[in-house]
Amino acid sequence: MNIKVLGRVLMPLMLLGASAGCSNFEPWVKPYERDRLADPIMALDTDPVSSSYIQHVYEAREGARGGEGAAGGGCGCN
Amino acid sequence: MRYRRDIVVSFMALLGLGVSAQAGVLPEDRADVLYHLYDGGGVEIDGPSILVRKQVGKSTSFVGNYYVDMVSSASIDVITTASPYSEERKQWSLGMDYLRGNTTMRVNYTSSVESDFDAKTYGFSVSQDMFGDLTTLTLSYAKGDDIVGRSDDPAFERDNDRQHYGVGITQILTRNLIATLNFETITDEGFLNNPYRSVRYADQGSALGYSYEPELYPNTRTSNAVGLRAKYYLPYRAALEGEYRFFTDTWDIEAHTAAITYTHPWREFVFTGKYRYHDQTGAHFYRDVFPREQATNFRGRDKELSPLTSHTFKIGASYEFINDVDGWGFIKRGTANVSYSFLTVDYHDFSDLSVGALLGQEPLYALDADVIQIFFSFWY
Repeated sequence: MNIKVLGRVLMPLMLLGASAGCSNFEPWVKPYERDRLADPIMALDTDPVSSSYIQHVYEAREGARGGEGAAGGGCGCN
Repeated sequence: MRYRRDIVVSFMALLGLGVSAQAGVLPEDRADVLYHLYDGGGVEIDGPSILVRKQVGKSTSFVGNYYVDMVSSASIDVITTASPYSEERKQWSLGMDYLRGNTTMRVNYTSSVESDFDAKTYGFSVSQDMFGDLTTLTLSYAKGDDIVGRSDDPAFERDNDRQHYGVGITQILTRNLIATLNFETITDEGFLNNPYRSVRYADQGSALGYSYEPELYPNTRTSNAVGLRAKYYLPYRAALEGEYRFFTDTWDIEAHTAAITYTHPWREFVFTGKYRYHDQTGAHFYRDVFPREQATNFRGRDKELSPLTSHTFKIGASYEFINDVDGWGFIKRGTANVSYSFLTVDYHDFSDLSVGALLGQEPLYALDADVIQIFFSFWY
């Protein structure tokens, strides 16, 4: 049941990803405009060793889990 | 085991298996040495966590983590139905990132060992940058194999299989705003309850009006969580982050979690303040007290499965003692960090039995905890 639901979500996303390389997309935030997003204070997970520990604490004290993907962020430029 | 089961989930993000990982660039080479302390509700847990990440060649990065929980527990569960105990959990993880064009592939392996609980997790994820690198799409999968034991019964051994499915999108919205949306499904199949914990039921023959029997959980659990986070760059070089998560599972737990974080750099310091709110309903088989012995097919009295509300207040400071300009040999940058979190949990249907009151006259339990982290980070 959940695999099917997940498949319905994943398939359009995979097609989206596959088509992305074929387009002449003009980003509305140019690479040279991403200096603020590249600032370390804008990282979505500044210190992975710390954030994974505190997530561990919450998972031990509460009944919920997952959905808090923490890595990434920043300027998104190569 | 007695301390906690869901131990590996939170560490997947540590190795980049979070569902919103960044593609197109490899993570920075860095090392972190952390000391953590949790003290609350009669439980004290401390220990180190050491993380080392190093790029090898142009397209591969390796990461390793060693983590220890030293647990000393006289929690409300323990003092009402068992004896205080000490135990140690050791966990180590290895991972690899491989970058090819705008695609990053990751694999990782995590092993967690306690005297009565053994967990292994194998993970894989793919991230793809798209649309001029404004969008990062991540798909992730992990499989976990757990073996549950009992310290007082060497012959006791039960399995649990976990599967994690994740989809995440990180999106640059404006030159000041970035957001990420994550969806994660986790399924469990096997022995899911704590082999030591008991539930209580009304028993007029006992002095306090109740007795205990072992808890018994369903053998399956599927949970879905969707999380949204957004971070905004303020005009005077500071950052404001908001996050929200909705959680639901087949045990009828429904949870809302929200947090707001403010980050403010000043000279070589970065100060952080955070408030987090969590509210959940209880599992359908949870009862503070059952009306009689074996009253229902499934029964549990784990306070984490009861309806509860928690609040966390966090302050943190980071000091950069090695900067990009000076450097120390091969170390380009170094920071010393400390944070303090105050966690308070109000249980809406979990009585404090430590007071020894008669059935129906017990006060509700509440927990306050101090969480301290001290760590050093080095980039090289």
